[in-house]
Amino acid sequence: MYEILAKEDLAPITKLLVIEAPDVARKVRAGQFVIIRVSEEGERIPLTIADYDRQAGNITIVFQEAGKTTTHLGTLGVGDRLASLTGPLGNPTEIEHYGTVVCVGGGVGIAPIYPIARDLKEAGNRIISIIGARNRELLFWEDRIRFVSDEVIVCTDDGSYGRKALVTEPLKEVLEERGHEIERVWAIGPAIMMKFCSLTTKPFGVKTIVSLNPIMVDGTGMCGCCRVEVDGKTRFACVHGPEFDGHLVDWDLLMARQRIYLDEEKRALERWLRTSDE
Amino acid sequence: MAKVIPNRVEMPRQKPEVRRHNFNEVAVGFDMELAQAEAERCLQCKKPRCIEGCPVMIDIPGFILKVQEGDMAGAVEVLKASNSLPAICGRVCPQETQCEELCVLGKKHEPVAIGRLERFVADWDLARGATIPELPPPTGKRVAVIGSGPAGLTCAADLAKMGHEVTIFESLHKAGGVLMYGIPEFRLPKAIVEAEVDYVRKLGVDIRLNSIIGRLFTVDELLGEQGYNAVFLGTGAGLPLFMGIPGENCNGVYSANEFLTRTNLMKAYLFPEYDTPIKIGRQVAVVGGGNVAMDSARCALRLGAGEATIVYRRSWEEMPARAEEVENAEAEGVIFKLLTNPVEIYGDEKGWVSGMRCIRMELGEPDESGRRRPVPIEGSEFDMDVDVVVMAIGTSPNPMVFTGTEGLGRTRWGTVAADEETGRTTKPQVWAGGDVLTGAATVISAMGAGKRAAADIDRFLRGEITVEDWA
Repeated sequence: MYEILAKEDLAPITKLLVIEAPDVARKVRAGQFVIIRVSEEGERIPLTIADYDRQAGNITIVFQEAGKTTTHLGTLGVGDRLASLTGPLGNPTEIEHYGTVVCVGGGVGIAPIYPIARDLKEAGNRIISIIGARNRELLFWEDRIRFVSDEVIVCTDDGSYGRKALVTEPLKEVLEERGHEIERVWAIGPAIMMKFCSLTTKPFGVKTIVSLNPIMVDGTGMCGCCRVEVDGKTRFACVHGPEFDGHLVDWDLLMARQRIYLDEEKRALERWLRTSDE
Repeated sequence: MAKVIPNRVEMPRQKPEVRRHNFNEVAVGFDMELAQAEAERCLQCKKPRCIEGCPVMIDIPGFILKVQEGDMAGAVEVLKASNSLPAICGRVCPQETQCEELCVLGKKHEPVAIGRLERFVADWDLARGATIPELPPPTGKRVAVIGSGPAGLTCAADLAKMGHEVTIFESLHKAGGVLMYGIPEFRLPKAIVEAEVDYVRKLGVDIRLNSIIGRLFTVDELLGEQGYNAVFLGTGAGLPLFMGIPGENCNGVYSANEFLTRTNLMKAYLFPEYDTPIKIGRQVAVVGGGNVAMDSARCALRLGAGEATIVYRRSWEEMPARAEEVENAEAEGVIFKLLTNPVEIYGDEKGWVSGMRCIRMELGEPDESGRRRPVPIEGSEFDMDVDVVVMAIGTSPNPMVFTGTEGLGRTRWGTVAADEETGRTTKPQVWAGGDVLTGAATVISAMGAGKRAAADIDRFLRGEITVEDWA
C-alpha cells in the first residue's frame, strides 16, 4: 500500500503525487486531509487532498518543498512507497447550493481549492475562482480550475502572468461590484494570505471559510499540537476543522505556533541537504 | 513448612545519576539466580490471596512454583494461560496495590516480588521467540477490535485463542496505544511492546495500522457491509485535557500526550536522526501528579532540560502516581512543588512561554473521590521561571468513537456507557472496555476488561446470548 503511482513537477518546488490508497480514496471528500510519513524516522505531516479516484483507488496530493520532510518526499518516485498514510482526516467542506461563491487559491492552496470548487459546482453553485502565485512558474492547474469555474481571475505578484496583483485585490473588486450576490467565500493558501483574504471580506459581511494549516502530529485529536483559537475558544484543527470561519480565527496565534520549530526545521533541512549530496 | 525469607531480592537498577541521561530501562531485571532466590520466598499458600488482587486472575503461586523448580517453559504456560502480555504487566502494573498488597508473606515481611518474577518469566519467553499455543479450529466468526492498546490487544488475543477471526484497527502507524506512545522507553521498552504485539499477530490476529474508525470506516459499516459479527471498542482515553487558563496556547505549552508522543512514539530524543523535534526547555514545569506527570518530568530531564518540576495542587498522600515512579523521579532530580496550582501562563511578544503564575493551595474537605479538596490560599500567588509547560492533568475518551456508531450510549463524562462485567454497550453487537469506559486508568484494568469482553463476545458468537439480550 501507499505506492506512488504517478509523479509530476507542477512548478520548480511544487510536486504532485498520485498515491495508491483504495480505502482512503473511497471515503475521502474535498476539504479533508491525510497524514503521511516518508520514512521510518520521518515525522507525521498533514497534506490536504487535491484529488481522488474512487474506482482506481488512489488519491492525489500536491506539496511544496519547504523543509526536510517535503524535500525528502520530493525525491521519491513512481514505485516508491510512503512509510505510512492515514486518512481521511478532518471534517469535509460543507457543500450545499449557496448560490454564487468565490473560491480563492493562493500558491500551493490552489490544489485543495480545486476539489472544493468542483464539488460546489456540482451542487449547482456559480463559481468565481481567483488563483494567484508569486510568479508564473509557481502557478499550476489553471486548466483544472477553469474547468470547474464560471469565471476565473488569474494573478501573479510580479505580473509575469495574468494580472499583476495579490489575490486580495480582485477579491475586493468582486465583492465591491457584486457583494450582494456572493453567498460565501473560500480562501486557502499560506496563513498570511488567508488572514488578508478574511480581512478583505469582513467589511462586506460575507462568510469566509479558510482551511487552517497548523503543525500536527497525530491528526486524530489526541495531542492538541494543532490547537488554534477561533472566536476566543481553543479548537483542534484536526478534529474541529480544518475549515473554520476566517473572521473568527486568531491569525497571529496560528502564525506564531507555526514558528515553534523553525530552528529545528532549519537544522534538519541543512543536515538533509548535506547528507543527500554525499 | 516453607521457610520465611523476610526480605526481597534486590532488583539491579541503573543509578539515578546515570539513568537520567539515557532512555534505557531503569530496572535491569533478574537473572535466573536472582529470580529463583525470589521465587523461593513464595509460601505457596493453600488459599492464595494474591490471585484475588489480579485483574486477569493469573495463577500466581502456580507460575512461581515452576520458577522455583526451574521449569521455565512450565512457568510461561501457566502465566500465559491468563495473561497474553506479561512482559508489559510485569513492568507497569501497580502490583503494590494489587497482588502484592494481598500477599500473605507481606503481612509481616516484604511481599513476594510477583511483578518482577512475572517480568523475568515473560522476558525469558520473548528471548526464545514466544511459544504459540495450539489454536482451535476456526469458528468462521469475525470480530473487529478498535484500538491496539492493552484492552484491544488482550481482547483480540483471547478471541483468537478461541478460534475466532480477529482484525484490529489502529489509528496510529504503530500498534500498542499508550504502551507505544505514552509510557516512556525507560519504563517500557518499545522493542518489548513490539514483541508482545508480534505475539498477538502470531495468534492469527490481523492488525491494520493507520486505520481510523469513525473516518476511514465506521462501526456501522464494519457491522453492516463488512460483515463483522461483533465489534470491541478499545479506543482509550486519548483526548488531552487542558486547564483553560490564560496563555495555555503559548509556544512551549504541551499536553502530556503530545510531549510523550513526540518523545516515545516519534523518538524525538533521537532528533535529528529521527525527524520529529521537541522543545527541550531550560526549566520545565509539569502540571499534574499521576504516572503521566512523572513520565513527562523524567522524559524532560532525559531530553536535556535544565530542571523539571512537578506542580501538583494536592499533597504527597493524594498523589495518584505509583510510589515507585515518584521515588524514581525524585532520585533522578525532579523537583516537587506540591499544594501549588497554575493560574496563568505568561507569553512574550513572540508568543513563547516566559513564566507561569501559580497560587498556593491548602487541603479542605474531601470531595466525591474521597480525597481532600484543594483550596487556593488567597494572596499567595507567585511566579515561576519556566519556558516549557506540560499539562498532565488527565485525559478523556476521544469523541470520534461515537461518529458513525448509531445508538452508542454515552455517559455525562463522555465515556462509553457499558456494563462493567460483560463490556456490553447499549448498541447490539458492540462491546467496550478499558479507558474508553472508565476514563484514564491502568494498563492491567484495561486488560481485565478486554478479557471479560472477549468471554462475553465468545458466548454471543456461539449463540449462547443473542441481540435480544441487549436490554
